[in-house]
Amino acid sequence: MKVMVPVKRVVDYNVKVRVKSDNTGVELANVKMSMNPFDEIAVEEAIRLKEAGKVEEIVVVSIGPKAATETIRTGLAMGADRGILVEHDDEIHPLAVAKILKGIVGEENPDIVLLGKQAIDDDCNQTGQMLAQLLGWAQGTFASKVEAEDGSLNVTREVDGGLETVKLNLPAIVTTDLRLNEPRYASLPNIMKAKRKPIDEKTAADYGVDATPRLKTLKVEEPAAREAGIKVESVDELVGKLKEKGLI
Amino acid sequence: MRNPFETEERKAFRETVRRFVETEITPYADDWDEAGEVPWELHAKLGALGAFGFGVDEKYGGLGFDDCFMRAAFSEEFYKCGATGIPAATGGRSISIGPIEKFAPDEIKDRVLEDIVTGRKGSSLGITEPGGGSDVANMKTVARKDGDDWVINGSKTFITGGMKSEYFVVGARTGGEGLTGISLFFVEADMPGFSRTLIDRKMGWWASDTATLYFDDVRVPARNMLGQENFGFIAIMNNFNYERLGMVAGSVGMMKACLEDSIAWAQERHTFGKPLIKHQVIRHKIADMSAKIDATEAYLNQICWLANEGEMPVAEVSKAKFFATKALEFCASEAMQILGGAGYLRGNRVERIYREVKVMAIGGGSEEIMRDLAVRQMGL
Repeated sequence: MKVMVPVKRVVDYNVKVRVKSDNTGVELANVKMSMNPFDEIAVEEAIRLKEAGKVEEIVVVSIGPKAATETIRTGLAMGADRGILVEHDDEIHPLAVAKILKGIVGEENPDIVLLGKQAIDDDCNQTGQMLAQLLGWAQGTFASKVEAEDGSLNVTREVDGGLETVKLNLPAIVTTDLRLNEPRYASLPNIMKAKRKPIDEKTAADYGVDATPRLKTLKVEEPAAREAGIKVESVDELVGKLKEKGLI
Repeated sequence: MRNPFETEERKAFRETVRRFVETEITPYADDWDEAGEVPWELHAKLGALGAFGFGVDEKYGGLGFDDCFMRAAFSEEFYKCGATGIPAATGGRSISIGPIEKFAPDEIKDRVLEDIVTGRKGSSLGITEPGGGSDVANMKTVARKDGDDWVINGSKTFITGGMKSEYFVVGARTGGEGLTGISLFFVEADMPGFSRTLIDRKMGWWASDTATLYFDDVRVPARNMLGQENFGFIAIMNNFNYERLGMVAGSVGMMKACLEDSIAWAQERHTFGKPLIKHQVIRHKIADMSAKIDATEAYLNQICWLANEGEMPVAEVSKAKFFATKALEFCASEAMQILGGAGYLRGNRVERIYREVKVMAIGGGSEEIMRDLAVRQMGL
């Protein structure tokens, strides 16, 4: 089987993001960027499927600026086989991403597209589902466990109130949740090997996709600062205060 | 500061080490340091990253290449964990890997090198003796030839990792007095006549097991001599270069930790109606610390480049080592002043780094010996 893993270059999860002074977005200049953590989990899962002998090839895809090559290399250093960069410098939204990915699926014919359930920058949580619709494929979202069988996948999903296991006929889309696995660290020998793995370069136009945003960001603001709380001396006082505010 | 010699791979490796240290080490650093040891799995996890494989052939689990920048990046990021006994306990093996890789016969390398490089087993270098450390040329441990074997007698002290290592590279006198009579031997902990005791209650490096080793008629076969008979001194001196470079890089990591924690504290703490960071006296400390870090880092990068070119600059390595530890002493002291009472409490990086300045300034060649060596290299 062949797995395609789309990965997004996002602001590193350790960075405390700051809103730009003109309120048009968040500050990206000189900010550390890395692979979206959910996508990293997707790469790890693909590698585990390969190590278990279920998968022969892993292709990592990223849509973004030239610097997203670095993100692809991270995936290659973890153990993916090759990469595709769809160079795109401007803002891009999930539907356009899904359309481009559909175009790549048409060329690559993967059995599984394995991707993060959402990116930690815009938190859209749409790309996997949109891609499933565009391709007419089965989808297993928010996966906390993936088991490959012949021609199908059993995907355990984290849903409100428990776990649900669905059986998907291949080809299929799987989006990853946090608890699916713990991604490995790329070892130095693998970092060096990743240098020699091929990365194809494409553009949105190669797939006939118009990636012009259909949404316009009007304003980005910091969340309101939390007001200081008060300390109460006793349970009675606490209950009194809650009653005063009409909360109980 | 941007490194002019940066490559994508060096950056990726540094990022990996940084993340590994932040996730797998820093959260446990206090506990391990107080407990006086690190879990053995950490050796294997570091081995899997490739941390001990520089300059070692792939067939022995090594990387099949060497890169001084990556060595330095590893040390710098690792030492940022703030409990530098942890890099000492695990990375201590590195200074014994060189001599084994270069000089051991295939029979020994095939049997032990992969286990050492992948972190399954520990190895240590034994040079310093109870009777003298810096004066390597006058070591007293002796090896006398007996048939096809060598019989070693004497002792070694301040041996990093010495309580847990199974393999040792030991210097011993095989010839006359002075530097032309010393050879290196490969010794195993289960050889009859070998024993060791823990050196406890150190000022710092608590997480690292430090030992005194005793050799009472330890008999080793002739093939366990590493390198040429009586040429051990040169091998020891060459081996010191990477150890010292690692300590320069480690000092840079420690200084960056001091600066980082100083800035964070100075932004948070208020005195006389404003944050500490707004007081000129604190701002000047930050500027001085930052300048010393930049200078040491730039010096280190230049040396790494020369070492990669195949010209290990011995004089510069010596100068960089005392320059780095003096800068570290300054940064640790200023960081303590900025943190004030908070810095004086156990369980924070600055307090520990302040105590561990001295092991960096003494170990691997003291500041005094480094200055002497540097001037000698100038032909004086």
